Amino acid sequence: MQQYLLSRLFQSVLVLLGVFVLVFFMVRVTGDPASLMMPREASPEDIQAFRHKMGFDRPLIVQFLDFLAGAVVGDFGNSLHYKTPALPLILERLPATVELATAALLLAVCVAVPLGLIGGSRPGSLWDTIGRAVGLFGQSVPNFWLALVLIIFFAVRLRWFPSFGRDQPKSVVLPAVALGVFTLGQLVRLTRSAVLEIRGEDYIRTARSKGLAPRVIYIKHVLRNAAIALVSVIGVQFGYMLGGSIYIETIFAWPGLGRLAADSIGVRDFPMVQAIAVFTSLVVVALNLLTDVAYALIDPRIRYGD
Amino acid sequence: MSPILQVRNLVTRFDTVDGIVHAVNGVSFDLEEGETLAIVGESGCGKTVTVLSLLRLIPEPPGRIESGEAMLYEGAARRDLLKLSEPEMRHIRGGRIGFIFQDPMTSLNPVLTIGEQIAESLVEHLGMDRDQACEHTIKLLARVGIPDPEKRYSNYPHQFSGGMRQRAMIAIAIACTPEILIADEPTTALDVTVQAQIVDLVKHLRTELGMAVIWITHDLGVVAGLADWVQVMYGGMVVERAFVDYLYERPQHPYTIGLLGALPGLDRKGTRRLVSIEGTPPELMRPPSHCQFAPRCSYAFDRCWQEIPPLLPVGVRHEVACFFNVEKGRPW
Amino acid sequence: MRESATCDLRPVTCDLEARGLRYRLGRLLRLLWRDRSGMLGLTLFVLVAVAAVFSPWLSPHGPLDQHLSISKQPPAWSADGNWDYPLGTDNLGRDLLSRVIYGSRVSLTVGFFGVLIAGSIGLVVGLISGYAGGRVDGIIMGAINIILALPYLLFVVFIAAILGRSLLNVILIFGITDSPIFARVTRGEVLRIRRSGYVESAKSVGVSEWRILFDHIMPNLIGPLITLATFEMSAMIFYEAGLGFLGLSVPPSVPSWGNMLSAGRKYLTSAPWIATWPGLAIMFTSLGMNLLGDWLRDVLDPRLRRARK
Repeated sequence: MQQYLLSRLFQSVLVLLGVFVLVFFMVRVTGDPASLMMPREASPEDIQAFRHKMGFDRPLIVQFLDFLAGAVVGDFGNSLHYKTPALPLILERLPATVELATAALLLAVCVAVPLGLIGGSRPGSLWDTIGRAVGLFGQSVPNFWLALVLIIFFAVRLRWFPSFGRDQPKSVVLPAVALGVFTLGQLVRLTRSAVLEIRGEDYIRTARSKGLAPRVIYIKHVLRNAAIALVSVIGVQFGYMLGGSIYIETIFAWPGLGRLAADSIGVRDFPMVQAIAVFTSLVVVALNLLTDVAYALIDPRIRYGD
Repeated sequence: MSPILQVRNLVTRFDTVDGIVHAVNGVSFDLEEGETLAIVGESGCGKTVTVLSLLRLIPEPPGRIESGEAMLYEGAARRDLLKLSEPEMRHIRGGRIGFIFQDPMTSLNPVLTIGEQIAESLVEHLGMDRDQACEHTIKLLARVGIPDPEKRYSNYPHQFSGGMRQRAMIAIAIACTPEILIADEPTTALDVTVQAQIVDLVKHLRTELGMAVIWITHDLGVVAGLADWVQVMYGGMVVERAFVDYLYERPQHPYTIGLLGALPGLDRKGTRRLVSIEGTPPELMRPPSHCQFAPRCSYAFDRCWQEIPPLLPVGVRHEVACFFNVEKGRPW
Repeated sequence: MRESATCDLRPVTCDLEARGLRYRLGRLLRLLWRDRSGMLGLTLFVLVAVAAVFSPWLSPHGPLDQHLSISKQPPAWSADGNWDYPLGTDNLGRDLLSRVIYGSRVSLTVGFFGVLIAGSIGLVVGLISGYAGGRVDGIIMGAINIILALPYLLFVVFIAAILGRSLLNVILIFGITDSPIFARVTRGEVLRIRRSGYVESAKSVGVSEWRILFDHIMPNLIGPLITLATFEMSAMIFYEAGLGFLGLSVPPSVPSWGNMLSAGRKYLTSAPWIATWPGLAIMFTSLGMNLLGDWLRDVLDPRLRRARK
């Protein structure tokens, strides 16, 4: 197992490095950053002055190394808009995004796994049909639209939940549903197909030949094996949720990273966007690594590999 | 000796989208306490489906047990296994009848320890608690010849060798001291040297635990030293059944003769050619209303193409389903 | 001695590749007819495609015609509605039904061409990676992993913001950012087939690499790539709508479902129907594509083909 983890760690570092390179060049290659960041009416002299002040006229390599060195010590540059260092701003908004993503993930897993399990164990039954429908719709509904629909029904008409902000504990419900619905759909289908496949395996037949109760067979034997396949997907999805909640946070005015990103793009605060991009990538890579660890721990063939 | 299992006219079919597969077409046999019955036949002859039907382990769609009965004797009482409810069946599986599967690599759950897979039987059927089950399992592991059992308890299947895995499977099967042990080609997936060890192990265990054994194989070599009775199956039916010695000395059914003729013999000079049976395996989708073996039989005559030969006694405890008396060279 | 006929001459289990194209297409259609959900998916897709192609003939009004006097009119079946504007009108008095129908053009164009670009790039890259092996393969896979580790949405939004609103930009962005997925699948298939037994035996009798590429690899790539294309097209329709929602997709003069959603958001309480119809349209299009993709996967997966009902 150590070898596996070590190689994954090494890969992660490489990927991270690559991400830095990509983010850095992406911002600079798509246009002259200085003129993009300045308002349109700015004169060429103003733009040149700005360019010099931000250090955009230095050789690219120098800029990149500066950027890299800064990132390592935690200096992600300064936000143009807020005029303060970027990292503290990001960290301030992070808990909200984590809360939302966690709620969404928990919701998705707690609904999807049992549904998929029941569906997979009784293909063709009513629960299976429900599960498959949920899975299909979950993956077909545009989640920002669902957010709007949820707001109309549950916030405006029924007044059960607030339509924006993070003031009360139940504020997180609607955004979490909207954010988690795609993952829910995906997980239901994945669980169902995993259960269907594992059910037909020889070792499940052995379990039945031992006269074990169905409950024991499904939870102890089938689900344990299905978990291996599910863990990777859950990890990846969590990463997406952390990085892709721009829409949901904007619609629900949720004070998290996604909203910060959207606002920063709106005011053309590119250093901020760059900082968020790097930070989010870091989190995603770290999460992928954690997922690999979890995977190695769950599957004894990797944990105690020969 | 008293009977422990009596199977009558078992018929099992599978509904596939290409047609109905007639896997088992009226199989009957008896098993006495402590006896060992070997079921022999080529792939697809229905031997596995027969025993899986007894334990009702056939996946119900697409399979179905059409008719027949399988009486399990418990003292004076007896119950029809094919009519029991699912909870009652669960009690039988593992508790009264143990099963050893063919491929120990795929038949063991890769994410659970070997010890756990044995112990859960004990907990389920004998009501032991965790510690008791653990202790007992270690003893079982020792009994089936796995060295260092305390350590091996917490190992996973992939950490065992093929022979060890099969021993573990045997431990699982006998954990609750069942009256009947069914072994479905337990040595086919193993090396030859290991095969002998496993056969020996089962022989010891059956005496120790007083179990009746049904041993399925396509390897006639194994049968000789192990079984009391041998039953030869072809096309979902029993074509010959006899005491093991009688079968080897005087096989009556052309198929059995062919099978034995195909065996290389150690004690003969190497001048005899191995006989192979010509033709292709029987069609299980549209079973004919004549003898299934007729197309491949060198003794077939017109009656063979008109009726299905019933299984009839031709000597002391020797039954054959054939219209032709090979010894005498003419129809019965 | 009679021979018993055991060769099963039913088409499914016999040599499928040997049969002609017409036969295979026919069989495909028969399989589709049997699978209800696949039929549904295809129907939905065809509906949307028809709407896109025949927009001018199907729409009761022009999508850009403003009738400010009847702005924010509810759908025809409610109190203030009328059947001239069946789905109601938006804040500028434009007919919603027409806009939804025209909006399908943007979505399908983005989806189709986006997937075309992503697939083409991905195919080439995947082939190179799979054939070159070694260092080149390692580098390419590394690059793919890096791109896939990026917060996709953030980048798409960011780039769209810089490049400005145009249909072409959207298509290019999606095409390029989605290509790693196609590359990965292509590479996987190429490696699998090149290592398989029958390719080795073909090579051992002197079949050239080019022939192997065209006779064995390409046909086997079609299945997984088409299936992937269907799902990715559905995803691109999502993303386009998302970009439109943020005001970063096509210019506001062009009717797109994303734009409509964005506009509708402002009038969520006063005129919720403005946002409802484009959302439903996206959902049904996506549903159709997902169902179609599922069916394609079942049918084109060679492993399932043999044991197919």
